[in-house]
Amino acid sequence: MRIIVCVKQVPDTNEIKIDPLTGTLMRDGVPSILNPDDANALEAALRIKDEYPGTTVDVLSMGPAQACYALRECLAMGADNAYLLSSRAFGGADTCSTSTTLAYGVRKLGDFDFIFTGRQAIDGDTAQVGPQLAQRLGLPIATYVQNIREVKEKTVIVERQLEDGYQILEVNRPCLLTAVKEWNEPRYMTVIGIENAYRKEIPVWDEKDIGIDVQDCGLNASPTKVFRSFTPPPKGKGEILSGTVSEMAQSLVAKLMEKHIL
Amino acid sequence: MQLSEKYQLIRKLARDFAEKELTSEILDEVEDTGVFPVDIQKKMAKAGFYGIKVPEKYGGQGSDHLAYAITVEEIARVSAVGSLYVNSPNSLGGMTILIAGTEEQKQKYLRPMVEGDIVIPFGLTEPGGGSDAADMRTTAVKDGDYYILNGRKTFITMAPFADYSVIYADTGNRPSGKKGITTFIVDMKLPGVSLGKEEQKLGLVGCATSDIILEDVRVHKDDIIGEIGEGFKDAMRCLDVGRLGVAAQSLGVAQACLDEAIKYSKERKQFGKYLYEHQSIAFMIADMATKVKAARELVYDAAVTKDNGGNSTLASSMAKYYASEICNEVAAKSLQIHGGYGFVRGFKIERLYRDCRVFTIYEGTSQIQQIVISGQLLGR
Amino acid sequence: MSIRVIKEKCRGCALCVRSCPFEAIHMSGKLPEIGAACTECGSCLEVCAFGALEKVDDSRKSDIDISEYHDVWVFAEQRENELMPVVIELMGEGRRLADKIGCRLGVIVCGENIDRLTYELSCYGADVIYYADAPELKTYTTDAYTKVIYEAVLRYKPEILLLGATHIGRDLGPSIAVKCGTGLTADCTKLEINPEDKKLMQTRPAFGGNLMATIVCEKHRPQMATVRPGIMEKAKYDRDHECTEIPLEVSFEDGELRERVIKMVKSLREKVSLTDADVIVSGGLGLGGPEGFDLIRKLASRLGGVVGSSRAAVDAGWIPHSHQVGQTGTTVRPNIYIACGISGAIQHLAGMQESKCIIAINKNENAPIFEVADYGIVGDLYKVIPAILNALDGVE
Repeated sequence: MRIIVCVKQVPDTNEIKIDPLTGTLMRDGVPSILNPDDANALEAALRIKDEYPGTTVDVLSMGPAQACYALRECLAMGADNAYLLSSRAFGGADTCSTSTTLAYGVRKLGDFDFIFTGRQAIDGDTAQVGPQLAQRLGLPIATYVQNIREVKEKTVIVERQLEDGYQILEVNRPCLLTAVKEWNEPRYMTVIGIENAYRKEIPVWDEKDIGIDVQDCGLNASPTKVFRSFTPPPKGKGEILSGTVSEMAQSLVAKLMEKHIL
Repeated sequence: MQLSEKYQLIRKLARDFAEKELTSEILDEVEDTGVFPVDIQKKMAKAGFYGIKVPEKYGGQGSDHLAYAITVEEIARVSAVGSLYVNSPNSLGGMTILIAGTEEQKQKYLRPMVEGDIVIPFGLTEPGGGSDAADMRTTAVKDGDYYILNGRKTFITMAPFADYSVIYADTGNRPSGKKGITTFIVDMKLPGVSLGKEEQKLGLVGCATSDIILEDVRVHKDDIIGEIGEGFKDAMRCLDVGRLGVAAQSLGVAQACLDEAIKYSKERKQFGKYLYEHQSIAFMIADMATKVKAARELVYDAAVTKDNGGNSTLASSMAKYYASEICNEVAAKSLQIHGGYGFVRGFKIERLYRDCRVFTIYEGTSQIQQIVISGQLLGR
Repeated sequence: MSIRVIKEKCRGCALCVRSCPFEAIHMSGKLPEIGAACTECGSCLEVCAFGALEKVDDSRKSDIDISEYHDVWVFAEQRENELMPVVIELMGEGRRLADKIGCRLGVIVCGENIDRLTYELSCYGADVIYYADAPELKTYTTDAYTKVIYEAVLRYKPEILLLGATHIGRDLGPSIAVKCGTGLTADCTKLEINPEDKKLMQTRPAFGGNLMATIVCEKHRPQMATVRPGIMEKAKYDRDHECTEIPLEVSFEDGELRERVIKMVKSLREKVSLTDADVIVSGGLGLGGPEGFDLIRKLASRLGGVVGSSRAAVDAGWIPHSHQVGQTGTTVRPNIYIACGISGAIQHLAGMQESKCIIAINKNENAPIFEVADYGIVGDLYKVIPAILNALDGVE
């Protein structure tokens, strides 16, 4: 079998702080990491590889040259090959445009049995690239996959997570699955895996390599644009409620409702 | 020192592992029970931490001393006792076999050791001679194909759950007239091998230490490691790496003490200001950070010297001496910043303070390091 | 569009470099250079004190005629023939947007035997209901729903299409958007519309909530957004609201539907841990005894949260250590943290002060916990908590 895992390198959003004086994002020293859900997708692929010897797991990403670091991490976890789509022309892409470029990259990689990817990336939290990629490649899809029950000859049976439970879904193969963190616990790299990852070559492909028109990628091909961005207003000083016990309780609940916290 | 991407990834592996596996609940439990969870030991082996420098053909990871130092540093930053489990197979016990063992011995012992299936401590120190290791009282007397071992090894880390132990013993004078010390690998199940009482230690709780007592233990000559009479030299070579390991431990713990000091100084208010806003505290932190940084440079330099095949004795000794000393200093200052809270169980600094105390003592005290360093410099 | 540096005005202060959330700007000599990672978010424009940065329009034109698109549509997600609560919120928001640009509020609904749903939707203010009623649509599958809705969009051309950001909405939205060749903004928390050019300003959090971004989709239609549940105001219910119902044709060829739902398994999430909890209600020494946690548990379960505690309560043996929040316990950052009878020792605050909304209930008005609280109630928790429970019952 051949599984292609699409991953993204993202800034660790837990480490991002807002400068209290200027109200801007402080990205100095914020580490770039392999997107957490993508690590689950890779783990799912590696488990299939463990179960079906002879399976190849190839990792594909789009991003700046530094994204090779996340790809090396994937190799160190056990992926066989890694490929990076990188070009100035791909820059500023929204999810729609990203999925187009990835689709060209996947086509260049050739035949496969599955594409796995994480449910969403923590920098954008959109969860859109997976389904969009599936549509572009004409693949059936299952999002929010929390388990594979059975890999059959022509289909796969998965558990698709919903808010109040899960569906058991049979999906034709080949297909694209997006992974949630509940699916598995990603394995650690190994020291020897890291050593080997740095002995491998990671091909870097630009628009010419994958045969995409520059008008069809990056910012040019993005229907959505960022109109403006701003930091959410800082938390003001707290408020001590007053009145009788019942008045205070009422007013607390009302305030929480008003701010949509409840 | 600017680390290449590969070593950053090694650091990430070790840090992710330490932060995820060695949670404060687990570490509290280790502290209470004195037992380090076996499943975490297995996971460390699986991640490759037990055989970082061991060649791939013996089941190891084929990496180098810098990767080893970084791994130990990151584990120690979360748990000093945890880093001891990484240190042991990579430095003392494992190193002896790696540098002096036969091909057969390497296959037999290294593979199960790096996979975490067997534990092999390093039996050098004796009750009568700690720093003065050459003054060996344990004897091995030839008897046909066997040697009869008698003596007592003391403060042997991991002895209580060891499968084998490297034991250094006096095999009589060499032709040169100098005392001949020979290295044996002793199966702990052999008749005549027994353990002393488990020590109650000030720190590093969770890695049992005891004496190993040898009474007429018959060890086959095939279980000699290296040349007869050449054991002391091999032991000293192992200690080079062992010192690098302790230096890396010291560095990790020192970094943790600094981290805790910074964190606490930003949480705690006195006289209407955060602690870090008091210059007396801010300057202490500046001092600590500078020393930790200097220690890091010495430790990595020692590792790289070793990897490049240079004479690492001087570099390892300096790294171990400096890092262990400043670790104790930084721990004391960090505890001071914590005030009364630092003196009671519950805050991490209390454990760090106890754990690091032994760093200036084991694998050569600071005073021995001074002897080694000055000896190297002055050619004595 | 792209960001351009006006060389004559730039003083090389590099403020823009530091302001860029995407690290797309680097200094090249004394001038900033806008790199490929730029998304034109405009953060740099705001910080530049010399007006040395500008946005220029150089993107290629889309080939659709956007004037053909009208109406605001809401996708009415149903599960087991019950509308998801977010649908009512979307209709409230859809109504508001439709009124602003003077168009109709359309609703599209798929399912099997959905007469009752169309009635309900009309009462919630739909002007037009497009419905597809077929056995293949009983339960959601990507292929079936995408096809039906895509064809409806093609035929009826809505200006705006809103979906709830549920697991299903976030599966369906991108699938339709690709088919329609339009953009989609995920998980919006605020929508505004410009009545002139009908541009939908879609605001959403990014970078884990550290940054808000307002997204527009200028040249493609429909303008699509998924909207976070629980944010928008619900639509009013009006029995007499009139609406037009338009059936959608549904036909599937053999093998066209490549996903089959075998079974639906309902399961309540297993008890969440402190770190994953959205709501934590914690008790401290102010409870006076272990039985005080009964009241804490009651409030926690009423809010769908879990129980935490201070170190003091754990040390007193009132509750196991696994509940302890703080430096020596667990560090948490839930949406709501309610501290009851907790004075707020430093080690406790360290473990919870990053919670999004902190509510403190304590007898002592000088308790340090009030310094980090968004809302404080000075009083006896044995009186305050029951009053809150009462107040909560009142709003449902």
